[in-house]
Amino acid sequence: MLAILDYKAGNQTSVRRALEHLGIENQITNDPDLLAKADGIIFPGVGAAGQAMDELTSGGLDEELKSLIWQEKPLLGICVGCQILLDYCEENNTRTLSIIPGECRLFNPAWTEADGTPIRVPHMGWNRISLKAECPLFKNIPAEAEFYFVHSYHPAPKPEFIIGETNYGENFCSVHGRPGLWAVQFHPEKSGAPGLQLLKNFHEYCLEAKNAQ
Amino acid sequence: MLSKRIIPCLDVRNGKLTKGVKFKDNVDIGDPVETARHYYEQGADEIVFYDITASSEGRGIFLDVVERVASQIFIPFSVGGGISSVADMRAVLVAGAEKVSVNSGAVKNPDIISEGAAAFGSQCVVLGMDVKRVPKSEAIPSGFEVVVHGGRKFTGMDALEWAKTGEALGAGEICLNSIDADGTKDGYDLELTRLVCKSVRIPVIASGGAGNPQHMADAFTKAKASAALIASIVHYGEYTIRQIKDEISSQGVQMRMVW
Repeated sequence: MLAILDYKAGNQTSVRRALEHLGIENQITNDPDLLAKADGIIFPGVGAAGQAMDELTSGGLDEELKSLIWQEKPLLGICVGCQILLDYCEENNTRTLSIIPGECRLFNPAWTEADGTPIRVPHMGWNRISLKAECPLFKNIPAEAEFYFVHSYHPAPKPEFIIGETNYGENFCSVHGRPGLWAVQFHPEKSGAPGLQLLKNFHEYCLEAKNAQ
Repeated sequence: MLSKRIIPCLDVRNGKLTKGVKFKDNVDIGDPVETARHYYEQGADEIVFYDITASSEGRGIFLDVVERVASQIFIPFSVGGGISSVADMRAVLVAGAEKVSVNSGAVKNPDIISEGAAAFGSQCVVLGMDVKRVPKSEAIPSGFEVVVHGGRKFTGMDALEWAKTGEALGAGEICLNSIDADGTKDGYDLELTRLVCKSVRIPVIASGGAGNPQHMADAFTKAKASAALIASIVHYGEYTIRQIKDEISSQGVQMRMVW
């Protein structure tokens, strides 16, 4: 069973619909026992980092998450759930979870696209990932596959945590983490077949991790 | 590099497509859910539903359609038509849409844009604009006026000013429909699209007038639109989305080609 972390800043239902389509058992929850029992956790998020942090800290979920990650529970952060794993977000100067070292920055409006026009913010639409490190999430996904993004701030983790980059005027980190703890800036639940494959890959990893224990 | 988006638009009334959609294999499809799935499988980058239902009963049927679409289609889709309050917006978002488009509701009450952005985030709020060419005047310096009620009612607002106001209020995207070009199949109004794209820094969807893939390529390269809305060109099977994307990408425009 995959747990979809329930806090008010999430887009839990669209993640749930995607998992249901894949036939993956899941539960939207903030119950510590269920989170501990789950094979893996999906940490979704939309909206602002500050709001998301408020929701997490007020219920003590931040400490819960950290302790589960410490126990090597597999976790996949999506969008804002990817950003707030870092130390800090420029959006309203928000201190975030400090699970992965780095920060989250506003897209630089001076960046320009290939034809010389300044980039539009939010970065909204489909874009590619160029992998900098091997990652089981991208198993059976063609290199030219695209994923759906919608965000105004982008992750900038310490370089050793960068897994994938995306070009929008310049390259930014769109996938970061380490084995078993991954964060993607795009929305796999809204990225068609490649996105569904990524969720399936995460689930498979979770099952393998469980069986290895 | 960000891909340019191709977005089919479906008009729905009382839960049914207003016009049957006829694909190349000559199958008529009247069900919006089936049609949306067909476009999803064909490679649409996003789908827009426009609800022209008047009754509250029909509205409920429409929300059911939105829910069924959300459980089968794993690309973003937006909903517009008759949205005039934050409660309306919430209803379609809860049913599973990613974005809500406000049009005449925002002309009447611009605060709905900021309230919607505060409640759900700017990425959820699309400002839909219907625009008509008029003689340039002090009130309408660009010569493009915002209209409502399918172009029957003029608002006295300059389209460029309204676009900037919408951006400042927190709209995350603009869907720009030319009433003059709509239905002509002679191409998008490139001048209008270029002017609005230059006036704002949020993405702009060109709408109205698509008759062939070159029209879309022009909207992307000449007018700098981020996306192109299409309707009859795909509904009547003249082109598949694959054919459209092949033709545009052969001109060096980045398109999503794997799905």
